[in-house]
Amino acid sequence: MQGENTEKNDPRYKIANREALIGVGLVIFNFVWWFAFAYGLGGKDPSEYTYIFGLPAWFFYSCVLGFVVMAVLVIVAVKKWFVEVSFDEEGEEK
Amino acid sequence: MNWQALVPLIGVILIIFGTGVWAGKYIKSSNTFMQDYFLGGRSLGGFVLAMTMTATYGSASSFIGGPGTAYTEGMGWVLLAMTQVSTGYFVLMVLGKKFAIVTRKYNALTMVDFLKERYRSKWVVLISAFSIIIFLFSAMAAQWIGGARLIESLIGIPYITALFIFAILVLIYVIIGGFRAVALTDSIQGTIMFVGTLILLIATIVAGGGISNIMSDLSAENPNLITPYGAEGTLTPAFVSSFWILVGVGVVALPQITVRAMSYKDSRSMHRAIIIGTIVVGVIMLNMHLIGVFARPILPDIKVGDKVMPLIALEVLPNWLAGIVLAAPMAAIMSTVDSLLLLVSSSIVKDVYLNYVEPNASHQRVKRLSIGVTAILGVIVFVMALNPPDLIIWLNLFAFGGLEAAFIWPIVMGLYWQKGNKYGAIASMITGVGLYILSDSFFPQPFGLHSVVMPVVVSFFAYLLVSLATQEKVIGEKA
Repeated sequence: MQGENTEKNDPRYKIANREALIGVGLVIFNFVWWFAFAYGLGGKDPSEYTYIFGLPAWFFYSCVLGFVVMAVLVIVAVKKWFVEVSFDEEGEEK
Repeated sequence: MNWQALVPLIGVILIIFGTGVWAGKYIKSSNTFMQDYFLGGRSLGGFVLAMTMTATYGSASSFIGGPGTAYTEGMGWVLLAMTQVSTGYFVLMVLGKKFAIVTRKYNALTMVDFLKERYRSKWVVLISAFSIIIFLFSAMAAQWIGGARLIESLIGIPYITALFIFAILVLIYVIIGGFRAVALTDSIQGTIMFVGTLILLIATIVAGGGISNIMSDLSAENPNLITPYGAEGTLTPAFVSSFWILVGVGVVALPQITVRAMSYKDSRSMHRAIIIGTIVVGVIMLNMHLIGVFARPILPDIKVGDKVMPLIALEVLPNWLAGIVLAAPMAAIMSTVDSLLLLVSSSIVKDVYLNYVEPNASHQRVKRLSIGVTAILGVIVFVMALNPPDLIIWLNLFAFGGLEAAFIWPIVMGLYWQKGNKYGAIASMITGVGLYILSDSFFPQPFGLHSVVMPVVVSFFAYLLVSLATQEKVIGEKA
């Protein structure tokens, strides 16, 4: 149980916990986006498909646009909410 | 023999090889051999970290067939492959800073070190080391076979000679270079994959007469090819969604990934790696699998899935460029083999030998042993790849799902839930692996899901309930 004290005191863990939750949030959003477009638009009969840049619309929105959206969200999340901490000794950060 | 393609291919491999040798020099001059050999001295920067992660994700999923399956199944398989984009950010965010801080505090060099310090249980360590050795060894043997087949078909030499060439290449630079060599060569390989798949995709689209043209050819052949459901309509939403666990979030539990998540220099490297990694993984996955689908109207009669990439490259690109681009899958296989070899040898030397056989072994002895074990493992794999036993092929199919089922909760809950204890961890590992093997053998795809899903869910509850039930016992042991 030697970790118990530092667990509560170390302010870096609070940051780490929050960032892990951001990761979980992003992956849930990613899944919903991916699933909704793929099976929402792709569930139709192929003869009714519409196309964007030559790709079936379901694929374009789910995989191509979805990937771009995720990349942007990841960049924004990291730049805005991720905090730089020192990994070396405890208490080196303020 | 296709010399025009072969010369650039050999050139690329030589460059990779040279990097390994160069990185090896670095190690000789340092005095913290274990840290350096197995972890690159925790000095990886953002770009190298992102690339070595990417190369490892790529190969973690190569067992799902990649472009060859996309060729057969159509756009539905590209959809499935895109679940891997999540690994680019999820792994580093979830293990994240907590893992980096804790492993430094514990002075952990491998995933098993972390589990050992966290749970302080001999059984946790032995079960983990054993799972890693068995599962990863099998995965490695399968990769050697793949690598040798690629050389065989490319140069047109017998399988055994090809295997021999492959083995020598891999062994030399793993032995002299260690983790830093692997991480550095991964960066070169990741870059080749990134640029190479992009060039090949564009060339394939041009050869197919544009995307619209390719799509109408595909739907004329079989309209299912452009739906999310696969050529025969067998890819159900539940099954495809399961891959979010198998090749997406579950990847946090693979030892070859976690070891990278403790190897970076500082939090800035990690931030950069998240961004670069997400983009690079996404681009490579999208390109590679689209190439597979788009190749179908251009070369309609390919029977063996693994040949799709080489054949389409030779068809749509000039020979010399095809050689460079084909260095990418070759490189991917080599990088997997390297990191798996290191992991298995670190499990044997560090987790078993240093923990339980000879804790006071001298520095010199550990060094000789690490290199010796790595070399011996290489030779054993070579012998097995000569005439692969069925058991290896069978185990390889389970390798990644099995490791995920075993380790996901002991790692994630161990990091974020104070009350988790060794009984919970042992219960979770045994239920995870046991249920996975049972499920895969007797009722594959329960409720239409991939067989990895249920063990992951059940082992979560095993961890939770057993940890809670043994709270008193653990407190009693401490007192």
